[in-house]
Amino acid sequence: MVLVIVVVTALAFDFTNGFHDTGNAMATSIATGALGPRVAVALSGVLNLVGAFLSLSVAATIASGLVDTNLVTLTVVFAGLAGGITWNLLTWFFGIPSSSSHALIGGVVGSTIAASGGHAIKWHGLFAKVIIPAGMSPIIAMVVAATGTWLVYRLSRGVSEQVRSHGFRIGQIGSASMVSLAHGTNDAQKTMGIITLALIANGTIGAGAQAPFWVILSCALAISLGTYMGGWRVIRTLGKGLVEIESPQGMAAESSSAAVILLSSHFGYSLSTTHVATGSILGTGIGKKGAEVRWSVAGRMATAWLVTLPAAGIVGAGAYGLAHGIGGTGGVLVVLAILIGVAVAIYLRSRSTAVSHDNVNAEWTGGVAPPPATPVEPAAAAA
Amino acid sequence: MNNSWVDLHALWKIVVVGMICGAGLPALFAIGLRALSLPRSGQPAGPTDDRIIGGNPVGLAAATVCFAVVLAAIGWGIYIIVAGT
Repeated sequence: MVLVIVVVTALAFDFTNGFHDTGNAMATSIATGALGPRVAVALSGVLNLVGAFLSLSVAATIASGLVDTNLVTLTVVFAGLAGGITWNLLTWFFGIPSSSSHALIGGVVGSTIAASGGHAIKWHGLFAKVIIPAGMSPIIAMVVAATGTWLVYRLSRGVSEQVRSHGFRIGQIGSASMVSLAHGTNDAQKTMGIITLALIANGTIGAGAQAPFWVILSCALAISLGTYMGGWRVIRTLGKGLVEIESPQGMAAESSSAAVILLSSHFGYSLSTTHVATGSILGTGIGKKGAEVRWSVAGRMATAWLVTLPAAGIVGAGAYGLAHGIGGTGGVLVVLAILIGVAVAIYLRSRSTAVSHDNVNAEWTGGVAPPPATPVEPAAAAA
Repeated sequence: MNNSWVDLHALWKIVVVGMICGAGLPALFAIGLRALSLPRSGQPAGPTDDRIIGGNPVGLAAATVCFAVVLAAIGWGIYIIVAGT
């Protein structure tokens, strides 16, 4: 019973991971009109699905190396997921591209501390594998993207404006596809790892076993479905809020993201796709002369990144405390009910300031949701 | 040189190869686009010229090489994903 709840909750997390991160790959393509909003999310969804199947060797458990897996119970995993989902939904509501991986790690670490105390956490692993890479990866991405943007504008100086924007839009589709693929290989693996961890904790499969096929399939489907739903609020912030983006900048940003994400996972340097994508987009603003970078938006994001781990951790710890306090399956069910309640409340609240494929590209006026008075131009949005 | 907190060995490789792929490939794409749009010799070129394929045979050949390298790099990237680790 509890195992079923944990698996379903993990898939729900995977779903929020998908729609939270659509923007990482597609925000710039949508902003420059290289792809129509709905085509973009469909393409990204399919590529996430493909990506999740492409690389299975990484089937790395997110928790191993961070927490003492012997002390992990189903309730701990469940509470951690509750923390991750809550944080993902909240940041989505505010249109902040925060890291889904950090939300998950924070949740699991928080619930593990609540369950077994601080000694169950491998602090060195947490710093060396999560916190330090999180600080460096956006900077690397930013430098690469800024260099790329500068080079691209420098080298295409003789080309007419029209040719340039048309040509780079084609390039953007290719580079954005690579980011989607990379995202599928990275992030779907994390949920696969969590479900495998739950199965091991339950004794269903032996320790060190590979993820069963149904786990791979369901995770791949959940993340691609989530991606297809499109986290329009986050897409809007990334595509319109940070920097006004032209197609050469978009291509430079996505190339930088794809290169940094793929290389990092290749060299075993774990990082958040969100941090890399955001760093790249900021970089293209720096690399183009005269481009406006909205540092206040960037600052708000950086703040959210800093609090992601502890905030998701506190929710995870609280969820564990409540579930454990009530005890047994009943405790898990109560937390599940609260989690569903919170999710529905955030969703209903978001309806009043909806961002969708219709108004995702509306002029940035300082907030996530475009003012309702602004007439939506269907032609511009659909282009 | 390495320490247990920061994996410098991986880090410098990511920075260098990331620069080559992440910034170099779009730059190559830009060169390809510029070569492709070069006008046929004898024709006046201008910033108002909005044809992507300019018709210059040398430009066309250079563009083909540029785009081929970019595509090869993408293929290599996908190979890395599939091969794992």
